[in-house]
Amino acid sequence: MSTFATSVPRGTPPATTRGGRDRSLAWLAAPALIVFVAFGVIPLIGVLLLSFTTWDGIGTIQPSGFASWRAVLTDPGLPHALWVTFLVMALSWGVQTPLSLLLGVFLAGAQRYRGVLAVVYFVPLLLSSAAIAVTYKALLDPNFGLGAGLGIELLSQDWLGESHLALGVVIFVVSWQFIPFHSLIYQGGVRQIPRSMYEAAELDGAGRIRKFFSITLPQLKYTIITSSTLMVVGSLTFFDLIFVLTAGGPGDATRVLALDMYKRGFQGNLMGPASAIAVILVLVGLALALLLRRLGGGGDSASQLDGA
Amino acid sequence: MATTLTEAPEQAAAPPPQSRRGVAARHRNWLGGAAGWLWLVIVIVPIYWIVITSLKAQSNYYATNPLAPPGEPTLDNYVLVIQSDFARYFLNSVIVTAGAVVPAVTISFMAAFAIVRGGSGGFLRSVNSLFLMGLAIPLQATIIPVYLIIIRLHLYDTLLAMILPSIAFAIPLSVLVLANFIRDVPKELFESMRMDGAGTWTVLWRLAFPLTRPAVVTVTVYNALHIWNGFLLPLILTQDPSKRTLPLALWNFQGEYSVNVPAVLASVVLTTLPILILYAIGRRQLLSGLTAGFSK
Repeated sequence: MSTFATSVPRGTPPATTRGGRDRSLAWLAAPALIVFVAFGVIPLIGVLLLSFTTWDGIGTIQPSGFASWRAVLTDPGLPHALWVTFLVMALSWGVQTPLSLLLGVFLAGAQRYRGVLAVVYFVPLLLSSAAIAVTYKALLDPNFGLGAGLGIELLSQDWLGESHLALGVVIFVVSWQFIPFHSLIYQGGVRQIPRSMYEAAELDGAGRIRKFFSITLPQLKYTIITSSTLMVVGSLTFFDLIFVLTAGGPGDATRVLALDMYKRGFQGNLMGPASAIAVILVLVGLALALLLRRLGGGGDSASQLDGA
Repeated sequence: MATTLTEAPEQAAAPPPQSRRGVAARHRNWLGGAAGWLWLVIVIVPIYWIVITSLKAQSNYYATNPLAPPGEPTLDNYVLVIQSDFARYFLNSVIVTAGAVVPAVTISFMAAFAIVRGGSGGFLRSVNSLFLMGLAIPLQATIIPVYLIIIRLHLYDTLLAMILPSIAFAIPLSVLVLANFIRDVPKELFESMRMDGAGTWTVLWRLAFPLTRPAVVTVTVYNALHIWNGFLLPLILTQDPSKRTLPLALWNFQGEYSVNVPAVLASVVLTTLPILILYAIGRRQLLSGLTAGFSK
């Protein structure tokens, strides 16, 4: 039961902070605070300030009012990037959640070989997104890839060259990389469910499916919220995978917000508009985190955002 | 108490108690079983393909069945990758990872200790809220100002340029996890050590640190994996090929040798090998490390 969601409030009430404590421990927190402010908080404020300037990444920074924002908000590229970001988020959630749940419940069972499966499942999570993207790019190549080599027509399509296929490939690769991780979260969640609940249900004659929907699923509520938060907020940061796999293409079919920011800023040398996109990215991330926190039942989930 | 609590993630990975076996045997989960084995195939096939292809000669690659093991395995591809300055990129990755993880975990531990033991003081509380807020923000979005700061500090194209933001990005989650575990250390232990006249520094490193060692290892492993695999910071903060880390080198290598699939895959194997070796040695720690807290 004690996901981060429940373990944080447990320690925060003043009850645990009774007397006999050092009053002068602030200095211990200072190094972490200084580094985090310098490379976390100041950049966060900086990105907002930079969105009101014009800067090519090399020369001087000129204040330019709302010019960057006007440019970004009137560009049809923005709604498209938002839409692609949303699609990647929704589809990767929709594919990963049922599969992770199914695999997690399965892995929580007792047979020994399941432990072996878990070991293999975990390998994709150790690879860098760049390595995974490089591999799939080679594997799916219409001329040199696996499909072409096997001579199977169905497999030798131009996977990364057609808009719909490319988006599907991104979703598949994301799932390939992260389903094992979420399965392990669910496996841990399932093992926290008291056996006695199942035994009672069996006495009442409940079948496997009934038990899943009446016991497993409701008991996993917080695990589902934690896992979904990680998936949804994490999907905003699929930059390296998409950058290496499709570079946003074909055309702009897989150009998510993070990629749009990078391309405008570091390839188009328009740091002002890129900063405006970054601000939108931050706002989308915060809005999603708050929304999921609401779904989680209010204040008791202050920290489900971990790992974002 | 502290030990049982801190070992919780490992217990989750250990085999479940005997009592479940009977129930599981009576009701087989066919759907889950099918999905489990199917997923195993989906995970293994690309990995198998990477390994066997990396051992094939480029000239043979197009002629043979891509899923058949190589007739005459060759290490030529690996030689080619190693000759492309692999050792330097490897060393860069080691320096950046170690240089970021060690200070990040150290200062996060100090901050977590202060937050847990520092009483209800307003300052430490706001520090804690600040770190919690950092968890909700996609830190990639701050990359443009980070780039600006690095240029102004004249650190562009140095390994330090990647190390500093990596430390900052690792702090929020590290502090959160470590604080949760320090909270589980019985207060009586702190108090009795204070009675014996130990200073804060001694209590921190002699008591809190050893008692929360599993959490420290967990956080270290998690951060090291993230930083080792990091792509965005090296992409944006370096230009000089001699400062590349492995993921960036991998990407460049594919750009150069895209037609030489076996060589590209050999580079994938080589960049991943160090982590796989660590995985083989400390599998349980790594597994619990990556999922700790989420299903603790």
